[in-house]
Amino acid sequence: MIEQKTEIIFNREIARDTFLMGLRSPEIVARAKPGQFVMLRVRPGIDPLLRRPFSICAVQDDELLLILYRVVGKGTAIMAEASGGDSFSVLGPLGNGFALPDRHQQSILVAGGIGVAPLLFLAQYTRTGPIQLMMGFGSAAEIIALELILDRTMDFVIATDDGSAGHAGPVTDLLEARLNQDEFERDAASIFTCGPGPMMKKVAAMALERGIPCQASLEAVMACGIGACQGCSVKTSSKEGQTYFHVCTDGPVFPVMAIDWNH
Amino acid sequence: MSASYPDLNVKLGPLEFKNPVIMASGTFGYGQEFDALMDLNLLGGIIVKGLSLRPKQGNPPPRIVETPCGMLNAIGLANVGLEVFMKDKIPWLQTLDTRVIVNIYGHSIDEYGELANALKGVEGVSALEVNISCPNVACGGMAFGTDPSVSARVTEEVLKNTDKPVIVKLTPNVTDIGLIARAVEEAGAHALSLINTLTGMAIDIESRRPRLANTFGGLSGPAIRPVALRMVYQVVQSVDIPVIGIGGIMDHQDALEFLIAGAKAIQVGTANFVNPCVGPNIVEGIRDFCRERGIAHIDDLIGSFEPA
Repeated sequence: MIEQKTEIIFNREIARDTFLMGLRSPEIVARAKPGQFVMLRVRPGIDPLLRRPFSICAVQDDELLLILYRVVGKGTAIMAEASGGDSFSVLGPLGNGFALPDRHQQSILVAGGIGVAPLLFLAQYTRTGPIQLMMGFGSAAEIIALELILDRTMDFVIATDDGSAGHAGPVTDLLEARLNQDEFERDAASIFTCGPGPMMKKVAAMALERGIPCQASLEAVMACGIGACQGCSVKTSSKEGQTYFHVCTDGPVFPVMAIDWNH
Repeated sequence: MSASYPDLNVKLGPLEFKNPVIMASGTFGYGQEFDALMDLNLLGGIIVKGLSLRPKQGNPPPRIVETPCGMLNAIGLANVGLEVFMKDKIPWLQTLDTRVIVNIYGHSIDEYGELANALKGVEGVSALEVNISCPNVACGGMAFGTDPSVSARVTEEVLKNTDKPVIVKLTPNVTDIGLIARAVEEAGAHALSLINTLTGMAIDIESRRPRLANTFGGLSGPAIRPVALRMVYQVVQSVDIPVIGIGGIMDHQDALEFLIAGAKAIQVGTANFVNPCVGPNIVEGIRDFCRERGIAHIDDLIGSFEPA
């Protein structure tokens, strides 16, 4: 983990309200693993005060850290205004990444909206074994073109809530259909997911029901990102032991069976 | 010029610090979390996360919400508890060459005494900071710190059970903080630290629900700094024991305001979240400020406030 001022190399809108930012940091890139995140300080000064957490979306040329973000509030609105040559303080890489799939396994990546970010880094990093990516978006205008981010091609399917592209309905429909195919081998598959809570809860339920290993990358409001503030708690499924995990240092990636999805 | 010019060493009664910059409890974990980012020995001291007899899981999420130039938190004093602290945290803390202070918190006056007693003679613990001011727990905490006689009784109980200097951390959520400060001083405290967070709340206008699961939380950050500075100044006027100033300090200029107002030392809290390397930067900033103005010893600056 390091803290450094990093230069913005590019920052462009690649889908509606969705931006891809490239930050130069060979030091963080060298340490980064899929599923890890960084804390960005979007402006010096005291408003906004806190850093913002972002999953690492991909890396490029051993020096560029790619951050995929959606403009949802004050911090991301400031980020959207930034241009090449500006710089942000970045703290990272933080947290534990995904336990990587073994070479014979089929990986199914299930993303909701901007939740695709850590899964793309996983796809970029995993060079062995077949990968299928399922992405859900609100509408066609929000679809993220993979070739803008990844230097590899991969199988993917899309679902949109309004039916303007791909399957009309939630991305979990696609997962369910896949898991129910006759030729699907559950013993040789693992699922990785990131997206809105209710979506991940559904994915978790499907995986647990069928006994398929599944890891989820969680999001939480956090102040520090390094385990000091204890703000980013998430309820564990444990009945006796620890009641809460901290998303920053215990996660952000968890096996779905470790989380209480009803909270 | 020697490395000790300007001299930043401060004495707070029996307690001496190499410089007046101390990391506030609850914002610096157990120190270890920041070890990879800085040389912790550059700091005046570290106050570890509030410790209770038994481990505490803390409040349900969401526990944090950002507000203008500040943040509300309702962590609920989540901590590892005495046993794990002694086994897993103390040995590492003992390797540091900076003052380590343990912040203690009890549900009853007896529990404060028990905790103090358990830390008696523990090497590497320079002092106790008694938390009678946490706004985020149902019993104890602020319930003690808003009543002068209860504040005094907690202080006496801790003093009875320890061989270490005792700092009492005060809440700003009272009508007259000077009254509490004097009661704690009379009870024998060696120093005071203030302020803890100001209670506040935030509402989600869509769901119309509180933005913290606990509804109320403690406000910290630069938003509270002028209030904190005023209270520190008032308390410095009303007691003879040393005061440690806390409240929204983000950089060395902010720290200097508190020192000039009469605080013998300062604590850095929320700033640690924003810039995890801020502590050593503040030490350097104070050093440069003194050097540039020919201030040989930090004591020449402390309390040098010129009233209007």
